[in-house]
Amino acid sequence: MAAVQETIDQVKKIDVDQYKYGFETRIESIKAPKGLDESTVRFISAKKGEPEWLLTWRLEAFQRWKAMTEPTWARVHYPKIDFQDIYYYSAPKSTEGPKSLADVDPQLIATYKKLGIPLKEQELLAGVSTSRVAVDAVFDSVSVVTTFKDELAKAGVIFCSISEAVREHPELVKKYLGSVVPQSDNYYAALNAAVYSDGSFVYIPPGVRCPMELSTYFRMNEKETGQFERTLIIADRGSYVSYLEGCTAPTRDTNQLHAAVVELIALDDAEIKYSTVQNWYPGDSEGKGGIYNFVTKRGDCRGDRSKISWTQVETGSAITWKYPSCILRGDDTRGEFYSIAVSNGYQQVDSGTKMIHLGKNSSSRIISKGIAAGYSQNTYRGLVSAHRKATNVRNFTNCDSLLIGDKCGAHTVPYIEAKNSSAHFEHEATTSKISDDMLFYCRQRGLSSEEAIALVVNGFVRDVLQHLPMEFMAETQKLIGISLEGSVG
Amino acid sequence: MLEIKNLHVKLADEDRVILKGLSLEVPKGEVHAIMGPNGSGKSTLAYVLAGRDGYEVTEGDILWNGESILDMEPDVRAAKGVFLAFQYPMEIPGVAGLTFLRTALNALKKKRGEKELTTPAFMKLVKEKGNKLNIDVEMLKRPVNVGFSGGEKKRSEILQMALLEPTLCVLDETDSGLDIDALRIVADGVNALRSKDRAFLVITHYQRLLNYIVPDKVHVLADGRIQKTGGKELALELEKSGYAGYSGKAA
Repeated sequence: MAAVQETIDQVKKIDVDQYKYGFETRIESIKAPKGLDESTVRFISAKKGEPEWLLTWRLEAFQRWKAMTEPTWARVHYPKIDFQDIYYYSAPKSTEGPKSLADVDPQLIATYKKLGIPLKEQELLAGVSTSRVAVDAVFDSVSVVTTFKDELAKAGVIFCSISEAVREHPELVKKYLGSVVPQSDNYYAALNAAVYSDGSFVYIPPGVRCPMELSTYFRMNEKETGQFERTLIIADRGSYVSYLEGCTAPTRDTNQLHAAVVELIALDDAEIKYSTVQNWYPGDSEGKGGIYNFVTKRGDCRGDRSKISWTQVETGSAITWKYPSCILRGDDTRGEFYSIAVSNGYQQVDSGTKMIHLGKNSSSRIISKGIAAGYSQNTYRGLVSAHRKATNVRNFTNCDSLLIGDKCGAHTVPYIEAKNSSAHFEHEATTSKISDDMLFYCRQRGLSSEEAIALVVNGFVRDVLQHLPMEFMAETQKLIGISLEGSVG
Repeated sequence: MLEIKNLHVKLADEDRVILKGLSLEVPKGEVHAIMGPNGSGKSTLAYVLAGRDGYEVTEGDILWNGESILDMEPDVRAAKGVFLAFQYPMEIPGVAGLTFLRTALNALKKKRGEKELTTPAFMKLVKEKGNKLNIDVEMLKRPVNVGFSGGEKKRSEILQMALLEPTLCVLDETDSGLDIDALRIVADGVNALRSKDRAFLVITHYQRLLNYIVPDKVHVLADGRIQKTGGKELALELEKSGYAGYSGKAA
């Protein structure tokens, strides 16, 4: 049996057993009635005790959404989603009260512990102080706890759930919510605006370098429930923040919808680094079940000399539809996008970025590494555009695809629009295959076929791995190994 | 000792038979050269020894240290001491030579039940071997074979061989495409590794390499079989008269 054939077979075997986050937490929850109409939107808003303006904003979004049609341009195929067959709100019963660490249901703490996310500050404090990470834990529709809030507050940093931000900092939320991704931006963003239930909020005051990594951990637990979270991060003048997002969900044989919106705003000289490790349940070996991940992420380099950097590692979800983008509005701004997308089994990935150059001398860089195995389809779709007045802008794009086996596909769809003659755009793309010869070479030197594949793939994604926060690099290398083989490590 | 007994090999997906009853013995401590015309089955022999897919052994056996290796995976053979210096070494983008070699060396050690090397100990070993062979180890900081010249690729193969310390070294036309200086470095490398515990099988088309690596025996391979075996003078004879007398049926 050819070495590559062996890999294909191993890859085919991957199913629920390999997805180690597939457990379910039995916990009593409060849900909105199934289905979606105006009363659902009102129910969610009331549950959150939201002010009138936000309810109006949601209802506007809902009206817009009803008039829109589902986009079909992405290279993904799935049965039509029945939006009336979904619960739009689900919260663990125990979270309906004050939220300090001491009050959190121990079962929830245990869940996150099992996922490798410690929520107890004392446990975190026991570790090396430089690798501390503040966590906002979102369970189904609500944020259950946010750690290190007090310590962050000393630096002036606001890190809390977005529901809390609406209550405590309405002026900030009102000013920035929807200012990057408007209510009617696209079908899923409109749906999110209408029914979003929670998410994280970050504000970094002028000149402050956020003293620790911030992170949100999303967990979908309840079945037939959609998760619609909304994250808003504002870096005021001259500030810096690094933020990490992680996601998992239990193993189920039905598909679940996840439609999130993330908005980033960087004012003059500010920098935001946003990293994602997305490991939603990808479905079983026959392509049954898995998360539909329709996400709108966009950053606005609103101030001059600001910088936004997206790094994503996508290994999960049955369908991924996601284009973290940068609007380079200010002069001398910088946008970056680093992506590793691994697809296996019957996963379908359509992901990429948009770099919209509006400011003079703005520059951007796109490095995308797609790895397709099994029967999966992996598409890079990206737009680089230069506005008429945006002179001397630069972009460098590099899209590489790696194929494992002969049943999968890799596709690259770049859109390039230069509306002034001083723009300087470069695009490089390669597609390669892990060949039997390459594996034989490694194996002759003593590596098992699994070790050989892990080595080759990690070499392929090295340029991107370097941009992940230190703490997550090793974990990501492992995750890629597991996604591709299930037995490396 | 390497013992190849009446080896018959065909391509797995075709009916073409390549080796037709090849027999050969290489005791430890000796260097044997295999010479032969193009298409005689030289590279096939190298690949079959290392366990590459795509070939089917229909008859015969290969024993290394008295044990048949035919059913062993390539990495298991490597752990038994088998090393193949490739005619065309593969490129592995993004993987530094040092990472590749450390991973390989530790994988071998693990399979042999030995203790893995720490990074500092490994670095020390690399420097030591590089100095001994007069090969600059700087090239190991670059991705494996990527952008290497022909000479660099071959030197890298020799350096890998020195590091992994195999006991059966098979060199598949390591001299092809080398200028005289590179040829000398490769030959010096092989000569430095000659020892009583190690057997070498040097596959070559030209006699030239054997001026630098003086073999204990020379075998002429043609039409899938060893046609003649002799001392180092056989190589010189071939240089003069060519393979014409061997290309047809066995005499």
